[in-house]
Amino acid sequence: MSRRTPWWIELLVHAALLTAVAFALYPVLWVVTLALSPSGTPSPRALPWPEAFSLDNFRAVTLHHDAAGRWLFGRQLFNSVFVAVATAVTSVALATPAAYAMARMRFVGDRAGMRVLLATQMFPGVATAVPLYVILDGLRLLDTRAGLVLVYATTALPFAMFQLRGAFEAIPRELEEAAMVDGATRWQAFFKVVLPAARPAIAVTCLFAFMSAWNEFILAATFLSHEDAFTLPVALQRYVGEHDAAWGRFAAGAMVVSVPVMAVFYAVQRHLVGGLTAGSVKG
Amino acid sequence: MTPRRLFVALSLLLAAPSASAQHLTLWHAYRGAEQTALDQVLDAWRRAHPAASLDVLAVPFEAYASKLESAIPHDHGPDVFVDAHERLASYRALGLVAPVARAANAAVTARFDATAVRALTAAGDLYAFPLSVKCVALFINPALWTDPAPPATLESIEALRPRLPSGTYPLVYESQGAYFHAPLLHAYGGAMLDDAGRYTFVGPAAERSLRRVIAMTRAGVIPDEASGALVSQLFSTGRAATAISGPWLAAELGSRVPFRVAPLPALADAGGRLMEPYATVEGAFVSSRSHDPSAAIALAEALTEVPAAVIRARVGRQVVATRDAWTADPELARDPVLSVFREAAAHARPMPTHPHMRAVFEPARQAILKALRGDRSPRTALEEAEHRFTDVTRPLPRRRDATLALLAVGMLAMGLVLNSLRGLRDPVFRRDLRRSLPAYAWVTHAAVTLALLVVVPLVIGAVTSLYATREGHSYYVGLANYVDILTARGGPLLATGSFYRVLLVTVLWTAANITLHVSIGVALALLLSRPLLRMKALYRVLLIIPWAVPSYVTALAWKGMFHRQFGAVNALLTALGGEPVSWFARFSTAFAANVATNVWLGFPFMMVVTIGALAGIPKDLYEAAAVDGATAWQQFWKVTVPMLRPAMGPSVAMGAVWTFNQFNVVFLVSGGEPDGETDILVSEAYRWAFTRQAQYGYASAYAVLIFLILLLVTRRRSPEALP
Repeated sequence: MSRRTPWWIELLVHAALLTAVAFALYPVLWVVTLALSPSGTPSPRALPWPEAFSLDNFRAVTLHHDAAGRWLFGRQLFNSVFVAVATAVTSVALATPAAYAMARMRFVGDRAGMRVLLATQMFPGVATAVPLYVILDGLRLLDTRAGLVLVYATTALPFAMFQLRGAFEAIPRELEEAAMVDGATRWQAFFKVVLPAARPAIAVTCLFAFMSAWNEFILAATFLSHEDAFTLPVALQRYVGEHDAAWGRFAAGAMVVSVPVMAVFYAVQRHLVGGLTAGSVKG
Repeated sequence: MTPRRLFVALSLLLAAPSASAQHLTLWHAYRGAEQTALDQVLDAWRRAHPAASLDVLAVPFEAYASKLESAIPHDHGPDVFVDAHERLASYRALGLVAPVARAANAAVTARFDATAVRALTAAGDLYAFPLSVKCVALFINPALWTDPAPPATLESIEALRPRLPSGTYPLVYESQGAYFHAPLLHAYGGAMLDDAGRYTFVGPAAERSLRRVIAMTRAGVIPDEASGALVSQLFSTGRAATAISGPWLAAELGSRVPFRVAPLPALADAGGRLMEPYATVEGAFVSSRSHDPSAAIALAEALTEVPAAVIRARVGRQVVATRDAWTADPELARDPVLSVFREAAAHARPMPTHPHMRAVFEPARQAILKALRGDRSPRTALEEAEHRFTDVTRPLPRRRDATLALLAVGMLAMGLVLNSLRGLRDPVFRRDLRRSLPAYAWVTHAAVTLALLVVVPLVIGAVTSLYATREGHSYYVGLANYVDILTARGGPLLATGSFYRVLLVTVLWTAANITLHVSIGVALALLLSRPLLRMKALYRVLLIIPWAVPSYVTALAWKGMFHRQFGAVNALLTALGGEPVSWFARFSTAFAANVATNVWLGFPFMMVVTIGALAGIPKDLYEAAAVDGATAWQQFWKVTVPMLRPAMGPSVAMGAVWTFNQFNVVFLVSGGEPDGETDILVSEAYRWAFTRQAQYGYASAYAVLIFLILLLVTRRRSPEALP
């Protein structure tokens, strides 16, 4: 492995990686081109590069005001950020202690609980949208950010618990046991020793919950019925209607929606490898 | 417990205040100029009613009806909403709308065009104040059609073909759309639906109309597969002499392009009968659940008063149904576009109001598409469409008595309770339970939320599968939905749209995706794990970008890239000397497009998982293998693969479950094209629930079957082996 490889193999490796990068970036560049092109209708071009530059699409999307003169885009951006952050915090806060118990303690119903968690991942969401609507209605949370957060956080919960359980199992028991021998309670050991050690996995779990909330639009479109309660994906959906698709606007909106996620992703990505595999590779 | 209690308190704080009596809500699905006009009208109303508060919501057109149907019965709907007359019958059946006046009340009805009033009347009551009438007409480019008189017949337009350069068409319209095909069908004496709601887009007249479209496409009179966007693009760039479209095209063209409008021409081939388009009457409906019906009726009526109608006509370019508006503003009557559309509307055929009309469009569109592509003869295509229509509108299974099922469930529940009570007396179990108590402090909050918001909806969803539901009505039918699905609704077991065919496609879809995800992911991870690779970090960041982009953005971007006319993929093919491909016309290419999108979406996840797993393989294994003289190839198969397998198994299994239920890509990229052949089980379930007359029970049965299949396949894995 440590021998020097011949230059042509090195070249082939880079060629393969560059092809993959081109495949990965092409659609993204295509969207950027659409967003920066002045005309709304895309032209048949193989190279993703705009014929002329214009920021009209961005202006139209970000300066969107409603009839009463309120800055709708700003409200919807705030809704999206609020909902996504609250979802990440809530689901991880709910999942962390439960996942820790799953990883470290034996109790009546633990295996059955795992099975139920697994089963929830297999039931398609299409059948639960209507019951959820009725439940949120009963809780008087329909058409609110809190209702959306509650639904997103619980939907993200099973996966968060799998992730974190795996991460906790990978942390050596000796760490907490040493702390408990020194007089710490189980809770203190959990907060002082286990949580810091599981930081990468928690960051990755937060990222997944954040992304799922930031990207969701089917439930949001069903539960929300005020334009100033909409999240950005729901607002974005309006740009590509059946009859007249404003692709330029959609592309500009898509960039506005994607850039924050990509930024968060970039910030967390160095934890990604460790955080993801901790779950499956038993230490 | 504290975080949860805090959260509930927070939720209550954030909840919207309940509606007060002075408060009105209006919903509409307008966009562009029509939305601007309505906003101006409503602003004027607000100024005239400073004490009232009015909320306006523009709902995306695609979600409009289903949102109304779910919101109004739960008192979250609007007081007033704008919709088309053809929905009236089903809204009445659901009890969503209230009459606004007696139809015999001439003081009200005489203010409007008589046809508009008729379209919005049912059982002697007027159900909405008529706003505008919409139908299609012929747009003429005076530079290409130089005769000052508009074309008298379709044949005279066809005769333009030899005189126009290639790439320029005598006529453009959305030829595969049932709505746009109807004028041709009507001219040949056919109809889409009869008054009793029976499907009539079959037989000689329908076949003649289809053969006519095929002939026009082959002769280059009309373009292939024209979407609404392409119609406006071709016409506005001077590459179409005429176009069949509605007032919305006039609003889009504005003053950029010179054009004239005329009523649709006659068809000499059909004995000179006129091409009658469908007319749609839009009205302001009042919800049956409005808290303040008289205020709601007053608001709805205010939208039709003369000044409001004039604004809607001048700004929104609507053919308003308020008669006096046309005399109050002389410019309206002289307007060369509006006056022609008004005249065209007078000769149009009102869209049938039978609830079955909504089930006509999709099968009819598929029939036209199949015949145009030459996949089927017009006759076969039409018969298949009729079959699809019958399938969707088939009578619901008969009602069954739920007592027996309830009894069985009750006995089962009692048995379970008794069993656990007996278990409670077991000293070993009691000891275990007591030892578990500390652990419960850690899991209860998660368990309670999960039970309430994940498990309960899931169980309700599963129970719904025992009910027949369509358009708001539901009753218990036992296992009839399952019997229907598992017997392919009486048709051949592998017919398009049958459960087994869709299952086969789903399995193929999952297998293709997982194979590609894993092989691409592993290959890239191996390359990126080379110790001496330069720019490793940069490559890694660029390669995980697809993961970071929201999946619906990805799906829609790829759909655009596979577009036949302006998609980047066809542009690439043409640049390389190939022929453009109609990607969604055939199963193989449409499926490939879906897979390409999903592979793009999913390979970074597998790559990252593999990088992690590779890092976990001890280096000395390779050194030992090298000492034993193993080649790099042997090292890969003898060391890397066996070591990767256990580490990646759980992620692959999870990925397979997600892919099996990957709704976004299939629904947004191919949308099931051609004719539902690329639909997977989840998107099929979605269609039954949301686009085929709200058959939630049927959709739930699909969901339960999906669940059972996945449970069965993954059963042999112990939960410990999953992530």
